[in-house]
Amino acid sequence: MDYDKLLSREVVSLKPSGIRRFFDIAAEMDDVISLGVGEPDFKTPWVVRKKAIDILEKGRTNYTANAGLVELRKAICEYLDKSIHTRYDPKKEVVVTVGGSEAIDLVIRALVNPGDEVLVVEPAFVCYEPLVRVAGGVPVIIETKEEDEFRLTAEELRAKITDKTKLLFLPFPNNPTGAIMRREDLEAIAEVLRGTDIIVASDEIYSELTYSGKHVSIAEIEGMRERTVVINGFSKSYAMTGWRLGFAAGPEPVIKQMLKLHQYQIMCAPSVSQFAAVDALRYCDDDVAAMRDEYNMRRRLVVDGFNKLGLDCFTPQGAFYVFPCIRSTGMTSEEFCEKLVYSKKVAVVPGNAFGECGEGFVRVSYAYSIAHLKEALLRIGEFLEELRNG
Amino acid sequence: MKGEINMQKLLKILRKNARLSAEEIAVMVGSTAAEVEAQIKELERSGVIRGYSAVIDDTAFDDDSVLALIELKVTPQSQSGFDEIAATIASYDQVESVRLMSGGYDILVSVTGKNIRDISQFVNQRLAAIDAVQSTTTHFVLKSYKENGIIKSDSEKDERGMVL
Repeated sequence: MDYDKLLSREVVSLKPSGIRRFFDIAAEMDDVISLGVGEPDFKTPWVVRKKAIDILEKGRTNYTANAGLVELRKAICEYLDKSIHTRYDPKKEVVVTVGGSEAIDLVIRALVNPGDEVLVVEPAFVCYEPLVRVAGGVPVIIETKEEDEFRLTAEELRAKITDKTKLLFLPFPNNPTGAIMRREDLEAIAEVLRGTDIIVASDEIYSELTYSGKHVSIAEIEGMRERTVVINGFSKSYAMTGWRLGFAAGPEPVIKQMLKLHQYQIMCAPSVSQFAAVDALRYCDDDVAAMRDEYNMRRRLVVDGFNKLGLDCFTPQGAFYVFPCIRSTGMTSEEFCEKLVYSKKVAVVPGNAFGECGEGFVRVSYAYSIAHLKEALLRIGEFLEELRNG
Repeated sequence: MKGEINMQKLLKILRKNARLSAEEIAVMVGSTAAEVEAQIKELERSGVIRGYSAVIDDTAFDDDSVLALIELKVTPQSQSGFDEIAATIASYDQVESVRLMSGGYDILVSVTGKNIRDISQFVNQRLAAIDAVQSTTTHFVLKSYKENGIIKSDSEKDERGMVL
């Protein structure tokens, strides 16, 4: 068989994440202190797990409505009203998805015609660009910069808009930089977008994890609700990554097409997860606050730690990552990570995994205990010391 | 800068890890080392913090040591109630904790000993010998799963993989 001829050219041409190789090295070594995970170290709140157990006991394991349990959609709309002051109709403007990831794919495929340009803010989570490509779209990267605190600026945005621009992905709070967009930043972006036919896909999966004031969504900026699809989910805020549950909310004409795709490819999100998620939204505000509080303490400790070690680290205001600059070592991100894991058994993720402009940085997750983080910082300190002494 | 440090928060941090430096705690809560030190001093002075100790898994280095929980029924004294007797028991070195309980007995004592004989000697000679003690019921601990909020088994592994 000549598989090369057989396989989709588009899929084969997708960048195999170069990072895989590095992950494999880290996975095969014993006693590695990892700072590489992209998920909470907390357990899903007990009430949520209990609800899932009850549902299993009752055997309520059928499909739900394609768009998701009505009860859950209502709870999601209440949540959006409360958190980002934006109202959605649970019957027509929300779809419950298999994680935020599915919602990202749906919004791309519902909107993109071949040749349409999709603006992707980088550094960012890795999925946007390949999914746009597979859908026949043309990804156009907008690089954010450390001197802007990795925020998207109106100028950078305006410079990339053409008459083919269809969609803008706005991933804030950001993985890997931890950057957020303040209200004034969003106002400036909205000013550029109002009056265009560009839809914003606002990936707000880390919205509950912001550390200086409440998260603001671009959907709540004047004139933006009609041109925004909000993507969010339960993975990060409620420590529910493995439950695979997310959602998209937006104007009916877009959600309607997304739902159609969802119906054909997925049927419905996992029903047990959906029942449990209702209780997450109802009863877990305190759990979310406690987790946020804990992350915040770690964040401060880790940022301070890196700055003291001489690796400049901008103070992230969201998510659970810090993104220190490693250029002072004279190494590339991948060299740095590889040497660090071999010599000190500490695994961090090279910044270029999140786009070329992530080169010169590494992503460090602080979804770990204080003791674990301190040990890792100690080892990174030793590593830098040894580098300096040749 | 920065005003009052939340006491609950400070205690929560120390309960989990009392070996963090004042500088580290200050960074974590957004305060200064001097303020953290002052706050801890105050908590020590007022008796909220009574000391700092390591959480030790005795069985990890001494397989024979035994932990026992002993229920005591006690005749309360006219002046002091249970307090004087509890204080006497608390003064013995091998006693780890003494608690006044509601329910079917009065005082719960936890004791560690080198072996079972060691503990039975302690019950006989020290506890049963107290006049006010009417009866004792001794429970030997077979296995401990969690102490001071710290889970003892090593089986709780981090199974999360590297993910972008």
